[in-house]
Amino acid sequence: MTYQSQSVAKPYFIVAIALFVGQILFGTILGLQYVIGDFLFPEIPFNVARMVHTNLLIVWLLFGFMGAAYYLIPEESETELFSPFLAILMFWIFAVAGVLTILGYLLVPYATLAELTMDDLFPTMGREFLEQPTITKIGIVIVALSFLFNIGMTMLKGRKTAVSLVLMIGLTGLAVFFLFAFYVPENLVKDKFYWWFVVHLWVEGVWELIMGAILAFVLIKTTGVDREVIEKWLYVIIAMSLITGLIGTGHHFYWIGTPEYWQWWGSIFSAMEPIPFFMMTIFAFNMVNRRRRNHPNQAAVLWALGTAVMAFLGAGVWGFLHTLAPVNYFTHGTQITAAHGHMAFYGAYVMIVLTMISYSMPMLNGRKEANSNKSQIVEMWSFWIMTVSMVFITLFLTGAGILQTYMQRYTDTPISFMEVQDKVAIFYWLREGAGIFFLIGLIVYVASFFIGGDEPEATVKDAA
Amino acid sequence: MKNRNTPPGDLAIWIFIMAELSVFAIFFAVYAFTRANNVELFNESQLTLDRNLALINTLTLITSSYFVVRAVAAIRENNAKHCFNWIIAALLMGLLFLLVKSYEYNHHYSEGINLRTNKFYMFYFSLTFFHFMHVLMGMVILAANAIKTRAGNYTPENHTGLETGASYWHMVDMVWIILFPLIYVMR
Repeated sequence: MTYQSQSVAKPYFIVAIALFVGQILFGTILGLQYVIGDFLFPEIPFNVARMVHTNLLIVWLLFGFMGAAYYLIPEESETELFSPFLAILMFWIFAVAGVLTILGYLLVPYATLAELTMDDLFPTMGREFLEQPTITKIGIVIVALSFLFNIGMTMLKGRKTAVSLVLMIGLTGLAVFFLFAFYVPENLVKDKFYWWFVVHLWVEGVWELIMGAILAFVLIKTTGVDREVIEKWLYVIIAMSLITGLIGTGHHFYWIGTPEYWQWWGSIFSAMEPIPFFMMTIFAFNMVNRRRRNHPNQAAVLWALGTAVMAFLGAGVWGFLHTLAPVNYFTHGTQITAAHGHMAFYGAYVMIVLTMISYSMPMLNGRKEANSNKSQIVEMWSFWIMTVSMVFITLFLTGAGILQTYMQRYTDTPISFMEVQDKVAIFYWLREGAGIFFLIGLIVYVASFFIGGDEPEATVKDAA
Repeated sequence: MKNRNTPPGDLAIWIFIMAELSVFAIFFAVYAFTRANNVELFNESQLTLDRNLALINTLTLITSSYFVVRAVAAIRENNAKHCFNWIIAALLMGLLFLLVKSYEYNHHYSEGINLRTNKFYMFYFSLTFFHFMHVLMGMVILAANAIKTRAGNYTPENHTGLETGASYWHMVDMVWIILFPLIYVMR
């Protein structure tokens, strides 16, 4: 660790992982509820479990992004963080608000939560992924602004690099687009339209910038390839992400009551969205092949390569699968969407945060460059267990989705939603099994932080 | 002199150009496919476009590409001043293109024609506007090249940045050369 203030990243990462564990626990509950509908009812109804599962994901990724930025920006800017105190203060505010919100979801009915938080004064609740009480949303904005101020000031007083600039643009975009969470028009078409400004323009827009910047940073550090080469790739990748991703929002506008041209725009531009992800894959492997050094932290390199591949598969390929309007006409909102959502979030954003944690945590824990060999081996096991499990979750959901699309919508003699759900139950059981394996992988991952701590640091010779 | 076996400019811009051309290629293919199913509608609507203005714009872009070629040639002869002037000339041509195109758009809008009028106009506006944005982007790159030329950043031996900008500009030009007959002329 070059700068003392980078250590503020550590609590962010720890809470991120803790919430990740919570997210997966609720995922396994949720998976079981697909086949045993009243499992844990009425304590944890399906809708609540789902809300907790998705909200925890978003919150822990935000913790991860912030931790990543607090580690990355001082190092890139070659200066101490502007205000470590502010970073820690915001950490506590965000952590307390996050935990209270999740407890609110779990302990009281959603309608009561809306009343308790006085949602009627400025109603923003009740929309998928943006279920947070208005007061939590305001808290998120305050935390985001303080965070941007903090890293922005750090950048201003230090060296400006392409990596930190791209990261800053991505994070600023994240904050700006979140503001649409406060816009809840009466008109249902408009409501959906702008809702996607948060959801889509995050994950298929500005978050890709964040991912690109973090990936570039870790590759610069672990491969020793010239910054100039890596930055060039970064620029090309983010330009392509924005060109395809911004207008690609249209693929959510096919059937919500918007003009027909969105079907063309959405189809054409989003069909190109795999390109930047493909470039990221080529980029990551190219840089690692051209490496000028073998970094002792091989686990971090594995995560970096893994995220490039899995993001391309999950976001790129599985997204393309149902992005064209004539296909989406049949697949819209089926388990194919769920399959895509799982692998894309895992491949792109879960794995990029874990890449950053894997790279920086050894230094945050006082190591010089890497964890011990033993710890890294356990971590790499967790990589494979989680990643392979996610591939199976995705495949099983895709199977369920294809059958669902066919039986419910495509065949000449369609049957009802619930009948179809019964018929594809075997896939849900298999998915639940894969989910349990994922949870095991995650436990192994957490264990890797507690194993081999007293052993010597891995050296390049071990790693090569 | 640098090795002429490699493409001019930065390799990264060629990857970018390839990606951009794929987007346009898909757009063109979808246009052709849709036109095949609506030939009469497309032919009829096409007549309302101003082919003369589009021809002027075609010549404008080709001329601007020529100016860019001269700019690269000038820097190879170590004449930064000429290089700068040629880039400015190309930029002015780009500006002329944007003005003519804006005039056309304004004309359509004043007649109440927009994206939603019919399938032909949907493609006409989408394709030409997407290209319009590329002209803007190309001009931003050329402007950056002009600033760097002025600052003396390019030499006869090393002017990769300028070649990069020039390559992108030629792509913008080339796309229009396909777009013009496809949308305005072909029947």
